Amino acid sequence: MQSEKQSNSPIKKILQSVLDASLIPFLAILTAVVVGGIIIRFVGGDPIRAYIGLIQGSLGSKKALSETAVWATPYIFAGLAVALAFKGGLFNIGAEGQLAVGAVFSALIGYALPEWLGYDLPTFIHLPLAIIVGMLMGGVWAGIVGWLKAYTGGHEVINTIMMNYIALNTTSFLLNGIMKDRSPTNVIARTPLIAESARIEPIFEGLRVHWGFVLALLVAFLIWWLLNKTTLGFEIRTVGLNPDAAQYAGINVKRTIILTMFLSGMLAGLAGAIEVTGLNYRHELGFSIGYGYDAIAIALLGKSHPLGIVLSAFLFAAMRNGATRMQFLTQMPVDLISMIQALILLFFAADAIVRYIYRIKSKGERVVLTRGWGG
Amino acid sequence: MAETNIVLEVKGITKQFPGVLANDNVNFDLRKGEIHALLGENGAGKSTLMNLIYGLHRPDKGDVIVNGKIAAIESPNDTIALGIGMVHQHFMLIPVFTVAENVMLGDETVKRGSLDRAAVAAKIVEISKQYGLDVDPNAMVGTLPVGLQQRVEIVKTLYRNAEIVILDEPTAVLTPQEAEDLFRIMRDLTARGVSIIFITHKLKEVLAVADRITVMRAGRVINTVLPSETDSAQLANMMVGRQVILTVDKKDHEATEEVLRVEGITVRDQRDLETVHNVSFSVRGGEVLGIAGVQGNGQTELSEALTGLRTPTGGKVTIDGRDLTGKPPRVITEAGLAHIPEDRQRHGLVLSYTIADNMALCDYYHPPFSQHGVLQPKALDENARKLIKAFDVRTPSAFVNAGKLSGGNQQKVIVARELSRPVKLVIANQPTRGLDVGSIEYIHSEIIKMRDRGVAVLLISAELDEIMALSDRIAVMYRGQIVAIVETKKTTREQLGLWMAGAHVETAQ
Amino acid sequence: MDWKRFGFIALIIIILFSVVVMVGQVKQPPLLIITSMLATTIAVATPLVLGALSGVFCERAGVVNIGIEGMMLTAAFFGWLGAIYMFHIFGLGNGISIALGVLFAILTGGLMALLLAVLSITFKVDQIIGGTVINILAVGLTGFLNRQLFFGKGSVFGGSVPSSPGVLPTIHIPITELFAPICGTSATCLQNVEAINRVFDQKPIAMGAILLVFISHYILFNTRWGLRTRAVGEHPKAADTVGINVSKMRYANVIIGGMFAGLAGAYFTIESVPSFEPLLTNGRGFISLAAMIFGNWTPIGAWAAALVFGASQALLINMQIFRDVIPPAWSFLQESYIVGLTPYILTMFILTGIIGKTTPPAADGVPYEK
Repeated sequence: MQSEKQSNSPIKKILQSVLDASLIPFLAILTAVVVGGIIIRFVGGDPIRAYIGLIQGSLGSKKALSETAVWATPYIFAGLAVALAFKGGLFNIGAEGQLAVGAVFSALIGYALPEWLGYDLPTFIHLPLAIIVGMLMGGVWAGIVGWLKAYTGGHEVINTIMMNYIALNTTSFLLNGIMKDRSPTNVIARTPLIAESARIEPIFEGLRVHWGFVLALLVAFLIWWLLNKTTLGFEIRTVGLNPDAAQYAGINVKRTIILTMFLSGMLAGLAGAIEVTGLNYRHELGFSIGYGYDAIAIALLGKSHPLGIVLSAFLFAAMRNGATRMQFLTQMPVDLISMIQALILLFFAADAIVRYIYRIKSKGERVVLTRGWGG
Repeated sequence: MAETNIVLEVKGITKQFPGVLANDNVNFDLRKGEIHALLGENGAGKSTLMNLIYGLHRPDKGDVIVNGKIAAIESPNDTIALGIGMVHQHFMLIPVFTVAENVMLGDETVKRGSLDRAAVAAKIVEISKQYGLDVDPNAMVGTLPVGLQQRVEIVKTLYRNAEIVILDEPTAVLTPQEAEDLFRIMRDLTARGVSIIFITHKLKEVLAVADRITVMRAGRVINTVLPSETDSAQLANMMVGRQVILTVDKKDHEATEEVLRVEGITVRDQRDLETVHNVSFSVRGGEVLGIAGVQGNGQTELSEALTGLRTPTGGKVTIDGRDLTGKPPRVITEAGLAHIPEDRQRHGLVLSYTIADNMALCDYYHPPFSQHGVLQPKALDENARKLIKAFDVRTPSAFVNAGKLSGGNQQKVIVARELSRPVKLVIANQPTRGLDVGSIEYIHSEIIKMRDRGVAVLLISAELDEIMALSDRIAVMYRGQIVAIVETKKTTREQLGLWMAGAHVETAQ
Repeated sequence: MDWKRFGFIALIIIILFSVVVMVGQVKQPPLLIITSMLATTIAVATPLVLGALSGVFCERAGVVNIGIEGMMLTAAFFGWLGAIYMFHIFGLGNGISIALGVLFAILTGGLMALLLAVLSITFKVDQIIGGTVINILAVGLTGFLNRQLFFGKGSVFGGSVPSSPGVLPTIHIPITELFAPICGTSATCLQNVEAINRVFDQKPIAMGAILLVFISHYILFNTRWGLRTRAVGEHPKAADTVGINVSKMRYANVIIGGMFAGLAGAYFTIESVPSFEPLLTNGRGFISLAAMIFGNWTPIGAWAAALVFGASQALLINMQIFRDVIPPAWSFLQESYIVGLTPYILTMFILTGIIGKTTPPAADGVPYEK
């Protein structure tokens, strides 16, 4: 047997496992930052100033912190969406589309419901309704893919991407057509503003960070509890790790696949709904470009663990938020951030490179998603 | 015989895998034109040794000497060039390729840039004739029965002019008659100067065909003996390292009323081919019905249909009179089924779950393991501790991942989980495949215990010895049909072998 | 390829063509519409065909490649950038700059594929994650360099995107010249011949792609390389035991696949239009994968499937042309967002396997461990 030292106190043990789990992600980030710095140097920038700009812009002031939390909110939801699917053995590349669908429906309920009814709704009905409808529609959008996977074997990777494009086209159609903001000055594809009664309050006066951020943290905890402490979580994980054994154990594999995709889509839809009700108060075409891919990176970097996702969502949020300040200080384009994020993911995925650089032995765990196309 | 007759020699080979010393200073030699059997139980290090000789792995220490020269073996290419061929236990054939394509792969004949299939086919026909192997070069390998696939493997080695052929557990997939046929081919080959290393764990075969026998245990060579100077008991003793009871202790037992009834069941596999046709039988409480047959004659699909993993396309399955045809696994499990699946790592366990979670894999959803949809770690833990003790699972704790256990202990986890429930019927499919003798004995005794307790047992196994040792009655399956059902006492190995090979029987019930 | 599959492909193409003919016949004669639609179909299917071939080579060798999209995007960028560099900085001529641009694109595709190979073969990273890394890296890299190289401090281009040396020329196949004498004095006959000629007058990458389909098919099923490639993708251990170097075969095929994706990238910025914009591949790498699956991992099948997607894109383009004559009952065809859904919905429909199940190579996506 391996010489696994048994720590005496459980707290020590937990700390140790957290340290173990975060070592490789931390080193991947470090390596990406160094390589990113070399690239900045190479294209004629000043890496130190660039990174100082990043940090100042994301953590340097109350406002910067608030903005980082604002960025982190959808990242946490979307990261959880991808992670939940990962746990169920599914790769949801479609958080982007589910998020857009959630946002569209949330906005629709937000601005149009009072008109249809002819009277104003109280916040405690209108706001939850707007959020829940957006969330459910995101779930349905992903659930379709889950259903196709379970009953026809159509691979979710391609189907979620196709659903992204379908969502993009359809929202373009709606936002340029029947859902377009008809105010005389408007020329862009966006919905009207949602009613006051469908808006989430900011937490602090004068800062944009809103209660949706707190909800994100709560949901992260809820997902952790669901996955690890409930029978449903057990079923999702079993199907994810070994669908044959799951079937043998009497778990309804098809139903679990659909449910997992539905829950995953709900989380992505929630991201969209919260952006609309908490931040933008409307849906605008193209606001979410890139969230879906960032969510994958966040889920991977967070090792699909809700706590890890909260942390990596913060990291990504800080980078996005600090990018403007960085651009101001060094004239490095904001797109540099996408590069560095891609590098983080690269070094994390190819942990063997990181292990080689820092001479760390492998513990032999490996994520496996690919099970052929099953056409 | 002079030393120069030695065509292959292994000197001081040592190979360490993480956690196991697979080969420990192994010495072995092969003379020209002999059949040298390498005997040992599963995990003794036979296959590792052969993989080292064949160049699939590199030894940590030691040399392989071929025809008097130290061979620098870097990859199978070098071994093939040295005239060594190997027929692997799991065939190294590509099902979607033809025989000719499989044979030429890696040593292709090319004419003007494209594959010369005709020339290869002609050479295969020639080899087939020469050694009485009879294979069709244009047949798709996936459609051939296993016996023929094995011949393709042998042709593959001869096509490359192999003078040393390694046969790794070649009889595991054959009927007794097919095995006899293989032995004939082996003798033909040695008569023409080919030398054979014959790897097996079956004592009778070694005594029947080998010129010399080397016994391995736990990575070491125990001894090399001549068949004329030894017997089964002595070989078994060397193999296991202690006295082995070669028969299962089983008292006569009165069967009670019918538990499982299968009427005219028909099943299709994933390629939509009908692999089980109109099969009927019944199993009563307190009896073991063994299903004998060569692998791939529909046993897998039959057991999947009975346990709910696959929906039958026709017929009826009842347990205790209750119709359970095509019901999902959970319903059948709740009706009183315990299922020891054929592939323990694929179906039976989630390898990255702890033993505790695996022990509750089929029961996690009801009390005491969960309350209102919330798992109860305490109950899971207690259950695991109790079963680990009762079923002698060798593990440091209940929180070790199942993947870290040995094959025997993994199987014990499954057996513990399945047999600790109040069940009426046990379906055990290949319950001892790939296990060490100790685990095999243990699992056999558990199966008999269940029978003596009045539980109905359906045992599916490709090992005829296992079937004969445990069963009260035996059904023989051939090409998706039950061709005979007999009482164990009223039949013989030879008769069963004939049925397994498809010999037509009027008396079949 | 089974007839059901080919029949379905033919049926969809006929339906898509019929819609265009029905709408457009008030403006143009059917033959003209059909031939111009065919010409567009073949042209716009080019990146899909090449992308699908990329997938076929990778996956026949056992490596799932969902990074085709990213490989195309990166190659499109660097091919275009290379051509501009050659033209403006090194002062080479138009033709040679464009040709070198294509070469850069192919090499870029190969390099990106090398990265996938290192990740999935050497480091045994989950192949879908590996492909996703490629896709994300491609977006980040091209987005960053596109901004930085042209608008960054001290850019050699001085803060603006210079004009590209142009696009590849159409190659004229002299069908009209050959058949004109047969027509004699009939003007309609001559018109028809010219219309048919238009189908064959394609640009080099489009024509090359079709040629590559048949060459690839031959290589995969009739040569030593093909036999070994397929062996490695079906049962790598069997290949290993007969002395085939599994890693080498996989590396080589993944890199070849990447070069196909690179050529597809060149189509976008060197053959189709002389410019680059971020995210221009717009999901076509993924649609290629669907074409590959629907084509049952064979080059000819994938080509046929890619033509379906080509036709659906040609439909979208033609609906723009005939926008003003769309009858009121068909008014939804005016909405480019709705018509634009066709390829995506088709992809999902095809993946359901309703039109016959497909079988991937047995070891597709599985890293080989000795």
